[in-house]
Amino acid sequence: MKEFFLGRLTSQSLPHEWFTIGGSAFFGLAALFFIVLLTVTKRWKWLWKEWLTSVDPKRIGIMYFIVAGFMLIARGGLEALMMWLQQAIGSSNMPGFLGASHGYLSSQHFQEIFTAHGNIMVFFVAMGFIFGLINYIVPLQIGARDLASPFLNTLGFWLYVAGVVMVNMFFFFGGEYAATGWLAVAPLNGIQFSPGVGMDYLIWSLQISGIGTTLGAINFIMTILKMRSPGMGLWKMPAFTWGSLCSMIMAVTIFPLLTATLFLVFFDRYFGTHFFTTTLGGNAMMYTNLIWMWGHPEVYVLVLPAYGVFTEIVATFSRKPIASYTTSIIGMIGVSLFALSVWLHHFFTMGAGADVNAFFGLMTMIIAVPTTVLVFTWIATMHKGRIRYTSPMHWFLGFMIIFALGGITGVMLGVPPADFQFHNSLFLVAHFHSNVIGGVLFGVFAGITYWFPKMAGFRLNERFGKYAFWCWMVGFSLSFIPMYILGLMGATRRLDTYDAATGWQPFYICMLIGGCVIALGVAFQIIQIIASVMEKKRLHDYTGDPWDGRTLEWSVSSPAPAYNFTTIPHVTTRDAFWEMKKQGIAKPQYEDIHMPKNTASGIYISIFAFFAGFGFVWHITWMAIAGVAGAIVCAIIRTFDENTEYTIPAAEVEKMEKARLQKEHEEYGDKPANTGPEYDMTLREFIITVVTWAWSVVRRKQRQA
Amino acid sequence: MAETTEAVATHEQAGALTPEHEMSHEEAANDRVMFGFWVYLMTDLLMFSVLFAVYAVLHANTVGGPGGGQLFSLKQALIETLILLTSSFTCGLGMIAARKGDKTQVLAWFGVTFLLGLAFLGLEVKEFAEFVHEGHTLSSNAFLSSFFSLVGTHGLHITSGLLWMGVILAFVIKRGLNKHMVRKLALLSLFWHFLDIVWIFIFTIVYLMAFTA
Repeated sequence: MKEFFLGRLTSQSLPHEWFTIGGSAFFGLAALFFIVLLTVTKRWKWLWKEWLTSVDPKRIGIMYFIVAGFMLIARGGLEALMMWLQQAIGSSNMPGFLGASHGYLSSQHFQEIFTAHGNIMVFFVAMGFIFGLINYIVPLQIGARDLASPFLNTLGFWLYVAGVVMVNMFFFFGGEYAATGWLAVAPLNGIQFSPGVGMDYLIWSLQISGIGTTLGAINFIMTILKMRSPGMGLWKMPAFTWGSLCSMIMAVTIFPLLTATLFLVFFDRYFGTHFFTTTLGGNAMMYTNLIWMWGHPEVYVLVLPAYGVFTEIVATFSRKPIASYTTSIIGMIGVSLFALSVWLHHFFTMGAGADVNAFFGLMTMIIAVPTTVLVFTWIATMHKGRIRYTSPMHWFLGFMIIFALGGITGVMLGVPPADFQFHNSLFLVAHFHSNVIGGVLFGVFAGITYWFPKMAGFRLNERFGKYAFWCWMVGFSLSFIPMYILGLMGATRRLDTYDAATGWQPFYICMLIGGCVIALGVAFQIIQIIASVMEKKRLHDYTGDPWDGRTLEWSVSSPAPAYNFTTIPHVTTRDAFWEMKKQGIAKPQYEDIHMPKNTASGIYISIFAFFAGFGFVWHITWMAIAGVAGAIVCAIIRTFDENTEYTIPAAEVEKMEKARLQKEHEEYGDKPANTGPEYDMTLREFIITVVTWAWSVVRRKQRQA
Repeated sequence: MAETTEAVATHEQAGALTPEHEMSHEEAANDRVMFGFWVYLMTDLLMFSVLFAVYAVLHANTVGGPGGGQLFSLKQALIETLILLTSSFTCGLGMIAARKGDKTQVLAWFGVTFLLGLAFLGLEVKEFAEFVHEGHTLSSNAFLSSFFSLVGTHGLHITSGLLWMGVILAFVIKRGLNKHMVRKLALLSLFWHFLDIVWIFIFTIVYLMAFTA
């Protein structure tokens, strides 16, 4: 009976180790804090109506940023530091702490950490940030008021959140995550070698969020291909929209492969099938092939929108159109096509034979060509441009250097005979971190800084942005250059301890120092946001076009109104807004606006999906069945709801628009003179302001007492 | 001259070549949903492609057990195929009726489609039950794992198609054959034909090819 209700859950599954107690206490207290905060400020209704059930892609974009940023700091980043600390003190001649034989983490725990670090950084940080950017910016860039299917979009977001919750559930129930490495290769992912629930958590958090990604990607393909404003042909689309389109087309191509593969692993573990087992005819290498058919293109899904971001930024801050728009777009399309035929370079050592390895080696080198074309168009755009060295431009220049490093080492890894030496070494780890940090993360930071005025209504403090950039740049070099060297010295990846005689320890210590410098960079980014909020009024974006931008998102006020455009713009050229500014912007003509209604269906479906996954993890059959059935019923109810839109009449739009502008004028007045970056708050001023404020609070409390 | 005007008119009706901003709000929404559903079908097809690839790799790994040639009944597979093909035909007739707005015919033809789908599913369940009864389960060997997963996934799709069809028909009875229902029926028929095509490949690759070697 007990087993029927609770499956394999027992009192043993509750937290009892220091990290599970710590983790569950952290998440529990954070939840409690927000519950109290929301109750005291009476914001529950506001949160539900304005944010959680919103179908506005701008709101959903911001929610993506919040969740992804939280996962970056609370999980992925912290785990990186934990691993570096372990490696720095994990030399064989040093005593262990906390019951570990070397360092302070047991081997098992170390393995769980690097697995979780990989899963979280790829699925819940990088994907979250990329989807956030696409949500916010793409509809504005193509001159659309909303998305093709706002419902699919919220559903995708909430499935992503369900995945995030699932990946953190092991703190509360089970106490272990998969110890398999982020792609969990077979047969290690089988029930025989990973009998615990950790592997099931991995499967279901990736499965649920992966389905969300597929749905979200379908929606954006529909939106970009079907909802561009009149006159915007494909070859007039802004570069970021192109990057997003390529990325989303790749996502719908590869995520179904991930879904199918994860289902097969699940069958192996749950029903005892023999797809990837070592016995009864299973084929473990088939798993490696299938998962990398998804896994390799996935990094291009992440980096293509980042290419788009950089293309926009370099054009805006060089005050020039992109040098050879057509070439750079063909470059992006080329990358996305070639990306589908390079997966085997992850395992040249499989022994597929010289001809197969040669093909994939050549394809790997060929894919560097369109990427290099893009790099040259960026350089050519800067050539003879009037460059402004703003913080987005800093991120761009840093990206060029790190990404070139990652790209060149990628070509080195693509040579099959050499790869037999590099395979699974730290050289490889340093290579892909160059690409995902230098490419994806820097792209996201550049994009957020660049579009922040559009999202929040005020720009970010430039000074702290540059401090953060330099910390990231220096920290990255301190961490990953030693990692390259260690890899060439023969250090393999995923080591929690090593022989002291290897002489590797100074390099590992250098990596830890680099990690701390990066953490300082993150601290500066947090300070940057706080300082900018403090100076919100001075940094306010009065024109909606703070950077002298070229594309349509800058033609609307900041932050963008819910319906984006009062008048749908008619586009005749590339860089449509630049052209409009030259020719004079037409007076708005008000018209009826159709808007989607808010819906909570996405939340309900995701809750049911989460419980279905949780039921499968713990073998609680009734919960799994109820979860699947509930999700289906919710979806049916939603699809038969014919009343999903409302219309704002033209007169109402005009009234709202005028009231909004009036309110903004009352609040901010005319543009003050001191808006330039040279007036931005310095670190000294920030510290003084914060200390003075804290002191005044203490004084007030004392006086009251 | 008259012919050209007519051709243009048909185009506009179909919405095929009309730019989005020249359509009415509703037409544009229809057009988008149709397109999005096609993209979804392609993602589903990719999932099936994985299962087909896995079957291709593993189908010989019977580990001493019987292979497809010994297990399958070609006669039953042929009957299943004919039933599914017929159901696609009746589904098409149902769609013609839906475009005409003939509610009775819609209910009749889709009702027949539903029953044929049910018959197909019944035969498949019977086949699976026989195998399991003879001791050939999905955990027996890699060949059977991949067979049950591929054919079973198709069966699961048929099941969800039947569920969807049942719900739509219930709403057609309740709310009448309005334009929302016609759109839903159009999507459903796309899904149904898609499953038919996948089945043709299953019939060829799984059943027919089991007897070639």
